[in-house]
Amino acid sequence: MAQATVETSVHGAVPVSGEAEHQQHPIKLYLVVWGLLFVLSLCSYMVDYFGVQGLLRWSLIIVFMLLKAGLIVAFFMHMAWERLALIYAILLPPIAVLVFVALMVPEAHHTLLTRLAFFGATPGN
Amino acid sequence: MAQVVQTHSAKPHLPPDGRQGFVSDWASDQQVFKNVSWGKAMMWIFLLSDTFIFGCFLIAYMTARMSTVVPWPNPSEVFALTIGGHDIPLILIAIMTFVLITSSGTMAMAVNYGYRRDRRMTALLMLVTAIFGAAFVGMQAFEWTKLIHEGVRPWENPWGAAQFGSTFFMITGFHGTHVTIGVIFLLIIARKVWRGDFDTERRGFFTSRKGRYEIVEITGLYWHFVDLVWVFIFAFFYLW
Repeated sequence: MAQATVETSVHGAVPVSGEAEHQQHPIKLYLVVWGLLFVLSLCSYMVDYFGVQGLLRWSLIIVFMLLKAGLIVAFFMHMAWERLALIYAILLPPIAVLVFVALMVPEAHHTLLTRLAFFGATPGN
Repeated sequence: MAQVVQTHSAKPHLPPDGRQGFVSDWASDQQVFKNVSWGKAMMWIFLLSDTFIFGCFLIAYMTARMSTVVPWPNPSEVFALTIGGHDIPLILIAIMTFVLITSSGTMAMAVNYGYRRDRRMTALLMLVTAIFGAAFVGMQAFEWTKLIHEGVRPWENPWGAAQFGSTFFMITGFHGTHVTIGVIFLLIIARKVWRGDFDTERRGFFTSRKGRYEIVEITGLYWHFVDLVWVFIFAFFYLW
């Protein structure tokens, strides 16, 4: 109990000055993030331009996409400076979308299978 | 009980952040989002619901593409432009991506100047953001026109799976609508900032409430979200 009280005063003192007043960050931070987003977009465009194929293409696309999304949410949308109560409230529910994806993949496979069985077409790709 | 609520609605003494703070923020009979205004919290919750909408669109696209027995058109070729006799793959989409990222950068700086109460710079940067947004919508209109001329319809296209057209028009159309609404939103708020509504505490035409510079940040949240959605569309629809 005593430990908790100490922690409260230590942590509680820090954010009040910096955070409760509106967030002030140097413009340079935004320019750096902006530059990174440009480079990442260029990288993902290059994946297509040079025609990278297969597993490498998909992993590169996903990695660049997640890095860009992370930068936008964390810095442009100021999520990095929010309290955990808001961060979890917003960032955890989209996990349901991933569950939905996991449900629809076997569903799509099943549809393809029945189409092949009943229409006898050869799979396209 | 009422007293407890009152203490918190006054200048909040922030409990510790981190996991301990997360538990106490959500567990107790008090305001959950401590230093976040209702306007900002509601914008975040709206954006979360929008995430589900776009998530469902992209999942529908994934399901259609995975289950079709007809080849999927190659987006790299479909969205290529001929510039100076060379076929450059996906070039228009790349330019659109850069334009939208640039507009996000200017928006982030507008939010920053807003909190410094720099009226002119804030309004100017918001206006620049709106112009980039309008340019994006213009390029999208060009892209749609080109594809429609080439025979892409929601029910058929010359290159392969019919679902290509329906998912393309649905997803990019919904995103373009979001960008258009964002441009209108930006222009309205930029006008208010320019006029000095948040310095003179002029009341809003619709709510009759006094506005604050925070609305610039809330507008920014929406605008960055539009950019965020484009990141996913770019990866999954155009690059995949």
